[in-house]
Amino acid sequence: MRKTRLNLQHRRTGAKMVDFAGWEMPLHYGSQVQEHRSVRRSAGLFDVSHMAVVDVPADCSEALHRLFANDLNRLAAPGQALYTAMLNASGGVIDDLIVYRLGSCYRMVFNAARERTDLAHLHRHLPEAAVRLRRDLNILALQGPEAGSILGRARPDLAEAIDGAGPFRCAQVGEALIGTTGYTGEAGFELIVPAERAEALWAELTRAGAAPVGLAARDTLRLEAGLNLYGHEMDEGIHPMRANLGWSIPLDRHSDFIGSEAVRDRAPALDDRLAGLVLEGRGVLRQGQRLFADGADIEQDSPCGIVTSGGFSPTLECSIALARIGCAVERTCAVEIRGRLEAVRIVRPRFVWRGKNVIKDEEATP
Amino acid sequence: MSDLRFTETHEWALPQEDGSVRVGISHYAQEQLGDVVYTELPQVGSVLQAGAVAGVVESVKAASDIYAPLAGEVSAVNEALEAAPETVNQAAEADGWLFQIRPEDSAALEGLLERAAYEDFLRDS
Repeated sequence: MRKTRLNLQHRRTGAKMVDFAGWEMPLHYGSQVQEHRSVRRSAGLFDVSHMAVVDVPADCSEALHRLFANDLNRLAAPGQALYTAMLNASGGVIDDLIVYRLGSCYRMVFNAARERTDLAHLHRHLPEAAVRLRRDLNILALQGPEAGSILGRARPDLAEAIDGAGPFRCAQVGEALIGTTGYTGEAGFELIVPAERAEALWAELTRAGAAPVGLAARDTLRLEAGLNLYGHEMDEGIHPMRANLGWSIPLDRHSDFIGSEAVRDRAPALDDRLAGLVLEGRGVLRQGQRLFADGADIEQDSPCGIVTSGGFSPTLECSIALARIGCAVERTCAVEIRGRLEAVRIVRPRFVWRGKNVIKDEEATP
Repeated sequence: MSDLRFTETHEWALPQEDGSVRVGISHYAQEQLGDVVYTELPQVGSVLQAGAVAGVVESVKAASDIYAPLAGEVSAVNEALEAAPETVNQAAEADGWLFQIRPEDSAALEGLLERAAYEDFLRDS
Protein backbone atom coordinates (compact mmCIF):
# COMPACT_ATOMS: atom_id res chain seq x y z
CA MET A 1 0.00 0.00 0.00
CA ARG A 2 1.13 3.56 -0.69
CA LYS A 3 1.80 5.72 2.35
CA THR A 4 1.82 9.46 2.78
CA ARG A 5 4.65 11.23 4.57
CA LEU A 6 2.39 11.55 7.64
CA ASN A 7 1.74 7.81 8.06
CA LEU A 8 3.76 7.46 11.25
CA GLN A 9 2.19 10.59 12.76
CA HIS A 10 -1.28 9.14 12.19
CA ARG A 11 -0.33 5.87 13.86
CA ARG A 12 1.18 7.67 16.82
CA THR A 13 -2.05 9.67 17.19
CA GLY A 14 -4.01 6.40 17.41
CA ALA A 15 -5.54 6.42 13.94
CA LYS A 16 -7.38 3.42 12.58
CA MET A 17 -5.70 3.02 9.19
CA VAL A 18 -7.54 1.68 6.14
CA ASP A 19 -6.90 1.05 2.46
CA PHE A 20 -8.33 3.92 0.43
CA ALA A 21 -7.70 3.68 -3.33
CA GLY A 22 -4.45 1.83 -2.66
CA TRP A 23 -3.30 4.28 0.02
CA GLU A 24 -3.05 3.52 3.73
CA MET A 25 -5.02 6.41 5.21
CA PRO A 26 -6.48 7.37 8.62
CA LEU A 27 -10.20 6.50 8.86
CA HIS A 28 -10.59 8.10 12.29
CA TYR A 29 -8.54 8.80 15.41
CA GLY A 30 -11.11 7.44 17.90
CA SER A 31 -14.48 9.03 17.20
CA GLN A 32 -15.64 10.03 13.76
CA VAL A 33 -18.51 12.06 15.23
CA GLN A 34 -16.23 14.07 17.53
CA GLU A 35 -13.87 14.78 14.64
CA HIS A 36 -16.81 15.92 12.53
CA ARG A 37 -17.98 18.26 15.27
CA SER A 38 -14.54 19.74 15.82
CA VAL A 39 -14.51 20.85 12.16
CA ARG A 40 -17.94 22.48 12.49
CA ARG A 41 -17.17 24.12 15.85
CA SER A 42 -13.43 24.89 15.83
CA ALA A 43 -11.00 23.42 13.29
CA GLY A 44 -9.82 20.08 11.99
CA LEU A 45 -6.73 18.98 10.09
CA PHE A 46 -6.84 16.38 7.31
CA ASP A 47 -4.07 14.55 5.48
CA VAL A 48 -5.30 14.34 1.89
CA SER A 49 -1.92 13.62 0.34
CA HIS A 50 -3.38 10.60 -1.45
CA MET A 51 -4.91 12.99 -3.97
CA ALA A 52 -2.94 13.46 -7.18
CA VAL A 53 -1.28 16.84 -7.78
CA VAL A 54 -0.47 17.58 -11.43
CA ASP A 55 1.23 20.71 -12.78
CA VAL A 56 0.77 21.86 -16.37
CA PRO A 57 2.68 24.92 -17.67
CA ALA A 58 0.66 28.13 -18.03
CA ASP A 59 1.29 28.22 -21.79
CA CYS A 60 -0.85 25.07 -22.22
CA SER A 61 -3.98 27.00 -21.32
CA GLU A 62 -5.64 26.43 -24.71
CA ALA A 63 -5.39 22.66 -24.44
CA LEU A 64 -6.60 22.78 -20.81
CA HIS A 65 -9.50 24.98 -21.87
CA ARG A 66 -10.74 22.08 -24.00
CA LEU A 67 -10.26 19.52 -21.20
CA PHE A 68 -12.41 21.22 -18.58
CA ALA A 69 -16.17 21.75 -18.49
CA ASN A 70 -15.83 24.92 -16.40
CA ASP A 71 -14.47 28.04 -18.06
CA LEU A 72 -10.71 28.28 -17.48
CA ASN A 73 -10.93 31.98 -18.41
CA ARG A 74 -12.25 32.42 -14.88
CA LEU A 75 -8.62 31.87 -13.84
CA ALA A 76 -7.42 34.97 -15.67
CA ALA A 77 -4.72 35.85 -13.14
CA PRO A 78 -2.49 33.90 -10.75
CA GLY A 79 -4.04 33.56 -7.29
CA GLN A 80 -7.38 32.11 -8.35
CA ALA A 81 -8.86 28.62 -8.07
CA LEU A 82 -11.67 26.86 -9.92
CA TYR A 83 -13.79 23.73 -9.42
CA THR A 84 -14.41 21.84 -12.65
CA ALA A 85 -15.47 18.52 -14.09
CA MET A 86 -13.40 16.77 -16.75
CA LEU A 87 -15.69 14.98 -19.21
CA ASN A 88 -15.33 12.27 -21.82
CA ALA A 89 -16.60 12.75 -25.37
CA SER A 90 -20.03 11.37 -24.48
CA GLY A 91 -20.37 13.84 -21.61
CA GLY A 92 -19.67 11.40 -18.76
CA VAL A 93 -17.60 12.62 -15.82
CA ILE A 94 -13.99 11.33 -15.86
CA ASP A 95 -13.21 13.19 -12.64
CA ASP A 96 -13.84 16.43 -10.77
CA LEU A 97 -10.99 18.59 -9.58
CA ILE A 98 -9.73 21.93 -8.34
CA VAL A 99 -7.41 23.94 -10.60
CA TYR A 100 -5.17 26.55 -8.97
CA ARG A 101 -3.62 29.25 -11.15
CA LEU A 102 -0.01 29.91 -10.17
CA GLY A 103 2.44 32.25 -11.89
CA SER A 104 4.09 29.66 -14.10
CA CYS A 105 1.59 26.80 -14.14
CA TYR A 106 -1.86 25.43 -13.49
CA ARG A 107 -1.86 23.10 -10.48
CA MET A 108 -4.62 20.49 -10.49
CA VAL A 109 -5.73 18.20 -7.67
CA PHE A 110 -7.44 14.98 -8.78
CA ASN A 111 -9.14 12.13 -6.88
CA ALA A 112 -6.73 9.38 -5.82
CA ALA A 113 -8.96 6.62 -7.17
CA ARG A 114 -8.97 8.26 -10.61
CA GLU A 115 -5.26 9.07 -10.86
CA ARG A 116 -4.42 6.56 -13.60
CA THR A 117 -7.47 7.37 -15.73
CA ASP A 118 -6.93 11.11 -15.31
CA LEU A 119 -3.28 10.92 -16.30
CA ALA A 120 -4.07 8.83 -19.38
CA HIS A 121 -6.66 11.42 -20.41
CA LEU A 122 -4.24 14.32 -19.83
CA HIS A 123 -1.52 12.57 -21.84
CA ARG A 124 -3.91 12.09 -24.74
CA HIS A 125 -4.57 15.82 -24.98
CA LEU A 126 -1.37 17.48 -23.78
CA PRO A 127 2.29 17.20 -24.82
CA GLU A 128 4.07 14.44 -22.85
CA ALA A 129 6.48 16.86 -21.17
CA ALA A 130 3.70 19.21 -20.10
CA VAL A 131 2.10 16.81 -17.59
CA ARG A 132 4.06 16.74 -14.36
CA LEU A 133 2.75 14.46 -11.57
CA ARG A 134 3.99 15.97 -8.29
CA ARG A 135 4.55 12.97 -6.03
CA ASP A 136 6.98 15.19 -4.12
CA LEU A 137 4.09 17.23 -2.66
CA ASN A 138 1.70 16.50 0.22
CA ILE A 139 -1.70 18.08 0.87
CA LEU A 140 -3.04 19.13 4.27
CA ALA A 141 -6.52 20.60 4.69
CA LEU A 142 -7.20 22.90 7.66
CA GLN A 143 -10.96 23.45 7.91
CA GLY A 144 -13.36 25.09 10.33
CA PRO A 145 -14.35 28.45 11.82
CA GLU A 146 -11.05 28.70 13.71
CA ALA A 147 -8.86 27.68 10.76
CA GLY A 148 -7.77 31.28 10.15
CA SER A 149 -6.75 32.01 13.71
CA ILE A 150 -4.95 28.67 14.04
CA LEU A 151 -3.02 29.28 10.84
CA GLY A 152 -2.19 32.81 12.06
CA ARG A 153 -0.71 31.44 15.28
CA ALA A 154 1.07 28.45 13.74
CA ARG A 155 2.28 29.90 10.45
CA PRO A 156 1.97 33.69 10.24
CA ASP A 157 3.94 33.62 6.97
CA LEU A 158 1.27 31.50 5.25
CA ALA A 159 -1.60 33.34 6.93
CA GLU A 160 -0.31 36.69 5.76
CA ALA A 161 -0.01 35.51 2.15
CA ILE A 162 -3.71 34.60 2.02
CA ASP A 163 -5.00 37.26 4.46
CA GLY A 164 -8.41 38.64 3.52
CA ALA A 165 -8.88 36.30 0.54
CA GLY A 166 -12.38 35.02 -0.14
CA PRO A 167 -13.09 31.44 -1.19
CA PHE A 168 -11.34 29.95 -4.21
CA ARG A 169 -8.19 32.04 -4.02
CA CYS A 170 -4.60 30.84 -3.68
CA ALA A 171 -1.13 32.13 -2.98
CA GLN A 172 2.35 30.76 -3.40
CA VAL A 173 4.81 31.03 -0.52
CA GLY A 174 8.14 29.65 -1.65
CA GLU A 175 7.48 26.02 -2.53
CA ALA A 176 4.13 25.97 -0.72
CA LEU A 177 0.70 26.70 -2.14
CA ILE A 178 -2.10 27.84 0.15
CA GLY A 179 -5.63 27.89 -1.22
CA THR A 180 -8.95 28.92 0.35
CA THR A 181 -10.60 25.72 -0.80
CA GLY A 182 -11.93 22.64 0.98
CA TYR A 183 -14.45 19.83 1.09
CA THR A 184 -16.35 20.43 4.31
CA GLY A 185 -18.66 23.43 3.88
CA GLU A 186 -16.54 25.39 6.36
CA ALA A 187 -14.05 28.17 5.72
CA GLY A 188 -10.47 26.97 5.65
CA PHE A 189 -7.39 26.21 3.66
CA GLU A 190 -5.75 23.53 1.63
CA LEU A 191 -1.96 23.54 1.88
CA ILE A 192 0.15 21.84 -0.77
CA VAL A 193 3.69 21.56 0.52
CA PRO A 194 6.90 19.66 -0.23
CA ALA A 195 6.64 16.23 1.40
CA GLU A 196 9.66 16.83 3.62
CA ARG A 197 7.83 19.78 5.24
CA ALA A 198 4.52 17.99 5.77
CA GLU A 199 5.37 16.51 9.18
CA ALA A 200 6.52 19.82 10.62
CA LEU A 201 3.45 21.62 9.29
CA TRP A 202 1.13 18.92 10.71
CA ALA A 203 2.79 19.28 14.11
CA GLU A 204 2.63 23.09 14.03
CA LEU A 205 -1.07 23.14 13.18
CA THR A 206 -2.12 20.48 15.69
CA ARG A 207 -0.09 22.20 18.41
CA ALA A 208 -1.96 25.42 17.60
CA GLY A 209 -5.27 23.63 18.21
CA ALA A 210 -6.36 21.85 15.02
CA ALA A 211 -7.83 18.38 15.70
CA PRO A 212 -6.69 15.52 13.43
CA VAL A 213 -9.65 14.35 11.34
CA GLY A 214 -9.89 11.12 9.36
CA LEU A 215 -11.51 10.19 6.07
CA ALA A 216 -14.72 8.96 7.75
CA ALA A 217 -15.57 12.43 9.07
CA ARG A 218 -14.41 13.95 5.78
CA ASP A 219 -17.19 11.97 4.14
CA THR A 220 -19.95 13.02 6.57
CA LEU A 221 -18.78 16.65 6.36
CA ARG A 222 -18.93 16.69 2.57
CA LEU A 223 -22.32 14.94 2.64
CA GLU A 224 -23.76 17.61 4.95
CA ALA A 225 -22.30 20.27 2.66
CA GLY A 226 -23.90 18.56 -0.35
CA LEU A 227 -20.59 18.14 -2.14
CA ASN A 228 -20.38 15.36 -4.72
CA LEU A 229 -18.06 12.38 -4.35
CA TYR A 230 -16.70 10.70 -7.44
CA GLY A 231 -18.11 7.19 -7.86
CA HIS A 232 -21.21 8.10 -5.85
CA GLU A 233 -22.92 11.12 -7.41
CA MET A 234 -20.96 11.02 -10.65
CA ASP A 235 -19.05 8.68 -12.92
CA GLU A 236 -18.31 8.19 -16.61
CA GLY A 237 -21.88 7.08 -17.30
CA ILE A 238 -23.61 10.03 -15.61
CA HIS A 239 -24.54 13.20 -17.48
CA PRO A 240 -23.20 16.12 -15.38
CA MET A 241 -26.61 17.79 -15.16
CA ARG A 242 -27.85 14.62 -13.43
CA ALA A 243 -25.15 15.16 -10.81
CA ASN A 244 -26.03 18.78 -10.04
CA LEU A 245 -22.91 20.01 -11.88
CA GLY A 246 -24.76 22.48 -14.12
CA TRP A 247 -23.57 25.45 -12.07
CA SER A 248 -19.96 24.62 -13.01
CA ILE A 249 -20.66 24.30 -16.76
CA PRO A 250 -21.33 27.78 -18.23
CA LEU A 251 -22.41 26.59 -21.69
CA ASP A 252 -23.44 30.10 -22.72
CA ARG A 253 -19.85 31.29 -22.85
CA HIS A 254 -17.75 28.10 -22.81
CA SER A 255 -18.84 25.67 -25.47
CA ASP A 256 -15.78 24.10 -27.09
CA PHE A 257 -14.70 21.57 -24.44
CA ILE A 258 -14.58 17.78 -24.73
CA GLY A 259 -18.06 16.45 -24.05
CA SER A 260 -19.81 19.78 -24.64
CA GLU A 261 -21.93 18.53 -27.54
CA ALA A 262 -23.19 15.55 -25.61
CA VAL A 263 -23.90 17.72 -22.57
CA ARG A 264 -25.90 20.17 -24.67
CA ASP A 265 -27.73 17.62 -26.79
CA ARG A 266 -28.80 15.30 -24.04
CA ALA A 267 -29.72 17.93 -21.42
CA PRO A 268 -33.35 18.41 -22.54
CA ALA A 269 -34.07 14.67 -22.33
CA LEU A 270 -32.90 14.14 -18.74
CA ASP A 271 -35.60 12.69 -16.53
CA ASP A 272 -33.94 12.70 -13.13
CA ARG A 273 -31.89 15.06 -10.97
CA LEU A 274 -29.73 15.04 -7.83
CA ALA A 275 -31.58 16.15 -4.72
CA GLY A 276 -31.18 16.03 -0.97
CA LEU A 277 -33.13 13.73 1.35
CA VAL A 278 -33.96 14.06 5.02
CA LEU A 279 -35.20 10.84 6.63
CA GLU A 280 -38.40 11.35 8.59
CA GLY A 281 -38.98 7.65 9.32
CA ARG A 282 -36.72 5.22 11.19
CA GLY A 283 -33.27 3.97 10.25
CA VAL A 284 -30.29 5.42 8.41
CA LEU A 285 -30.11 6.35 4.72
CA ARG A 286 -27.34 4.44 2.89
CA GLN A 287 -25.95 4.42 -0.61
CA GLY A 288 -27.89 2.08 -2.92
CA GLN A 289 -31.24 2.21 -1.11
CA ARG A 290 -34.16 2.46 -3.53
CA LEU A 291 -36.70 5.27 -3.51
CA PHE A 292 -40.40 4.91 -4.25
CA ALA A 293 -43.13 7.47 -4.93
CA ASP A 294 -45.54 8.02 -2.06
CA GLY A 295 -48.13 5.27 -1.99
CA ALA A 296 -46.08 2.95 -4.20
CA ASP A 297 -45.78 -0.79 -3.59
CA ILE A 298 -42.28 -2.26 -3.25
CA GLU A 299 -43.30 -5.51 -4.93
CA GLN A 300 -45.25 -4.09 -7.84
CA ASP A 301 -43.97 -0.60 -8.64
CA SER A 302 -40.62 0.51 -10.06
CA PRO A 303 -38.37 2.64 -7.92
CA CYS A 304 -38.33 6.37 -8.70
CA GLY A 305 -34.75 6.90 -7.59
CA ILE A 306 -31.72 5.74 -5.65
CA VAL A 307 -29.60 7.02 -2.77
CA THR A 308 -26.12 7.96 -4.07
CA SER A 309 -24.62 8.87 -0.65
CA GLY A 310 -26.32 8.51 2.68
CA GLY A 311 -25.53 8.60 6.34
CA PHE A 312 -26.15 10.11 9.72
CA SER A 313 -25.58 13.84 10.04
CA PRO A 314 -23.79 14.59 13.32
CA THR A 315 -24.67 18.29 13.00
CA LEU A 316 -28.40 17.81 12.35
CA GLU A 317 -28.65 14.57 14.36
CA CYS A 318 -30.78 12.91 11.73
CA SER A 319 -30.13 10.86 8.63
CA ILE A 320 -29.56 12.67 5.32
CA ALA A 321 -28.64 11.65 1.79
CA LEU A 322 -27.94 12.72 -1.74
CA ALA A 323 -30.12 10.87 -4.21
CA ARG A 324 -30.93 10.71 -7.87
CA ILE A 325 -34.71 11.06 -8.21
CA GLY A 326 -37.12 11.15 -11.13
CA CYS A 327 -38.04 14.70 -12.14
CA ALA A 328 -41.74 14.08 -11.52
CA VAL A 329 -41.23 13.29 -7.83
CA GLU A 330 -41.45 16.37 -5.63
CA ARG A 331 -41.39 17.25 -1.93
CA THR A 332 -41.67 13.76 -0.41
CA CYS A 333 -41.15 10.11 -1.27
CA ALA A 334 -40.31 6.85 0.51
CA VAL A 335 -37.07 4.92 0.96
CA GLU A 336 -36.78 1.16 1.24
CA ILE A 337 -34.91 0.16 4.40
CA ARG A 338 -34.80 -3.57 5.19
CA GLY A 339 -37.95 -4.23 3.19
CA ARG A 340 -39.96 -1.41 4.77
CA LEU A 341 -40.87 1.97 3.30
CA GLU A 342 -39.90 4.98 5.41
CA ALA A 343 -40.88 8.60 4.72
CA VAL A 344 -38.30 11.04 3.38
CA ARG A 345 -38.47 14.74 2.61
CA ILE A 346 -36.91 15.94 -0.64
CA VAL A 347 -34.83 19.11 -0.25
CA ARG A 348 -32.06 21.02 -2.01
CA PRO A 349 -28.80 19.07 -1.99
CA ARG A 350 -27.17 21.12 0.77
CA PHE A 351 -27.78 20.57 4.48
CA VAL A 352 -25.10 22.39 6.48
CA TRP A 353 -22.98 25.35 5.44
CA ARG A 354 -20.61 27.38 7.62
CA GLY A 355 -21.85 25.50 10.69
CA LYS A 356 -25.55 26.21 10.11
CA ASN A 357 -28.58 24.18 9.10
CA VAL A 358 -29.40 25.42 5.57
CA ILE A 359 -32.00 22.82 4.59
CA LYS A 360 -34.47 24.31 2.11
CA ASP A 361 -37.21 22.94 -0.09
CA GLU A 362 -36.34 22.65 -3.75
CA GLU A 363 -37.40 25.56 -5.93
CA ALA A 364 -40.72 24.90 -7.64
CA THR A 365 -40.23 23.83 -11.23
CA PRO A 366 -41.44 26.63 -13.50
CA MET B 1 -19.34 -9.02 34.72
CA SER B 2 -17.79 -12.47 34.85
CA ASP B 3 -21.19 -14.07 34.22
CA LEU B 4 -21.47 -12.64 30.72
CA ARG B 5 -21.52 -15.25 27.95
CA PHE B 6 -20.61 -14.39 24.37
CA THR B 7 -21.32 -15.51 20.81
CA GLU B 8 -18.97 -15.58 17.85
CA THR B 9 -21.22 -12.91 16.31
CA HIS B 10 -20.27 -10.60 19.22
CA GLU B 11 -23.46 -10.59 21.28
CA TRP B 12 -23.36 -11.12 25.05
CA ALA B 13 -26.01 -12.77 27.23
CA LEU B 14 -26.53 -12.33 30.97
CA PRO B 15 -29.13 -14.19 33.10
CA GLN B 16 -31.41 -11.93 35.16
CA GLU B 17 -33.02 -12.63 38.52
CA ASP B 18 -36.46 -13.11 36.90
CA GLY B 19 -35.14 -15.93 34.73
CA SER B 20 -34.88 -13.87 31.54
CA VAL B 21 -31.60 -13.27 29.74
CA ARG B 22 -30.36 -9.79 28.87
CA VAL B 23 -28.64 -9.42 25.47
CA GLY B 24 -26.26 -6.79 24.14
CA ILE B 25 -23.21 -6.43 21.91
CA SER B 26 -19.67 -6.78 23.16
CA HIS B 27 -17.31 -3.91 23.84
CA TYR B 28 -15.23 -5.18 20.93
CA ALA B 29 -18.27 -5.03 18.61
CA GLN B 30 -19.13 -1.44 19.52
CA GLU B 31 -15.52 -0.47 18.93
CA GLN B 32 -15.62 -2.00 15.46
CA LEU B 33 -18.95 -0.35 14.65
CA GLY B 34 -17.97 3.16 15.67
CA ASP B 35 -20.50 5.75 16.83
CA VAL B 36 -23.92 4.10 17.10
CA VAL B 37 -26.73 6.35 15.83
CA TYR B 38 -29.77 4.07 15.62
CA THR B 39 -30.98 0.77 17.00
CA GLU B 40 -33.85 -1.36 15.78
CA LEU B 41 -35.03 -3.76 18.48
CA PRO B 42 -37.35 -6.76 18.33
CA GLN B 43 -41.04 -6.53 19.29
CA VAL B 44 -41.76 -7.49 22.87
CA GLY B 45 -43.62 -10.81 22.69
CA SER B 46 -42.00 -11.95 19.47
CA VAL B 47 -40.46 -15.41 19.49
CA LEU B 48 -36.92 -15.81 18.19
CA GLN B 49 -34.94 -18.87 17.18
CA ALA B 50 -31.30 -19.09 18.27
CA GLY B 51 -29.19 -17.36 15.63
CA ALA B 52 -32.14 -15.48 14.09
CA VAL B 53 -31.85 -11.77 13.31
CA ALA B 54 -33.23 -9.99 16.35
CA GLY B 55 -32.46 -6.39 15.49
CA VAL B 56 -30.08 -3.96 13.85
CA VAL B 57 -27.49 -1.60 15.25
CA GLU B 58 -26.57 1.20 12.86
CA SER B 59 -23.44 3.24 13.34
CA VAL B 60 -22.14 6.16 11.32
CA LYS B 61 -20.30 3.51 9.32
CA ALA B 62 -22.75 0.70 8.63
CA ALA B 63 -25.79 -1.32 9.64
CA SER B 64 -25.05 -4.49 11.57
CA ASP B 65 -27.52 -7.31 12.30
CA ILE B 66 -27.92 -8.54 15.86
CA TYR B 67 -28.59 -12.26 16.33
CA ALA B 68 -30.50 -13.91 19.15
CA PRO B 69 -27.91 -15.84 21.20
CA LEU B 70 -30.59 -18.32 22.29
CA ALA B 71 -34.19 -19.19 21.47
CA GLY B 72 -37.08 -17.66 23.37
CA GLU B 73 -39.66 -14.92 23.69
CA VAL B 74 -38.61 -11.25 23.82
CA SER B 75 -39.71 -9.95 27.23
CA ALA B 76 -38.27 -6.41 27.21
CA VAL B 77 -36.29 -3.97 25.05
CA ASN B 78 -34.02 -1.15 26.16
CA GLU B 79 -36.24 1.81 25.32
CA ALA B 80 -33.65 4.32 26.52
CA LEU B 81 -31.62 3.59 23.38
CA GLU B 82 -34.15 5.34 21.16
CA ALA B 83 -33.19 8.72 22.59
CA ALA B 84 -29.58 7.80 23.44
CA PRO B 85 -28.18 5.18 21.02
CA GLU B 86 -24.66 6.29 21.99
CA THR B 87 -25.14 4.36 25.25
CA VAL B 88 -24.20 1.27 23.23
CA ASN B 89 -20.74 2.81 22.74
CA GLN B 90 -20.43 4.15 26.26
CA ALA B 91 -21.51 0.98 28.09
CA ALA B 92 -21.90 -1.86 25.60
CA GLU B 93 -21.75 -4.56 28.24
CA ALA B 94 -24.02 -2.82 30.80
CA ASP B 95 -26.49 0.08 30.25
CA GLY B 96 -26.18 -0.34 26.49
CA TRP B 97 -28.07 -3.67 26.55
CA LEU B 98 -30.52 -4.21 23.70
CA PHE B 99 -33.29 -6.64 24.72
CA GLN B 100 -34.26 -9.42 27.13
CA ILE B 101 -35.38 -12.85 26.15
CA ARG B 102 -37.27 -15.49 28.17
CA PRO B 103 -35.31 -18.56 27.10
CA GLU B 104 -36.95 -21.74 25.93
CA ASP B 105 -34.15 -23.65 27.57
CA SER B 106 -31.92 -21.79 30.02
CA ALA B 107 -29.32 -24.53 29.75
CA ALA B 108 -28.64 -23.21 26.23
CA LEU B 109 -26.62 -20.46 27.93
CA GLU B 110 -24.01 -23.06 28.79
CA GLY B 111 -23.32 -23.46 25.07
CA LEU B 112 -22.12 -19.86 24.76
CA LEU B 113 -18.52 -18.71 25.19
CA GLU B 114 -17.12 -17.61 28.52
CA ARG B 115 -15.23 -14.31 28.44
CA ALA B 116 -11.80 -15.96 28.27
CA ALA B 117 -12.89 -18.17 25.38
CA TYR B 118 -14.43 -15.17 23.57
CA GLU B 119 -11.18 -13.25 24.00
CA ASP B 120 -9.26 -16.21 22.58
CA PHE B 121 -11.69 -16.24 19.66
CA LEU B 122 -11.06 -12.51 19.03
CA ARG B 123 -7.32 -13.05 19.10
CA ASP B 124 -7.49 -15.92 16.62
CA SER B 125 -9.93 -14.31 14.18
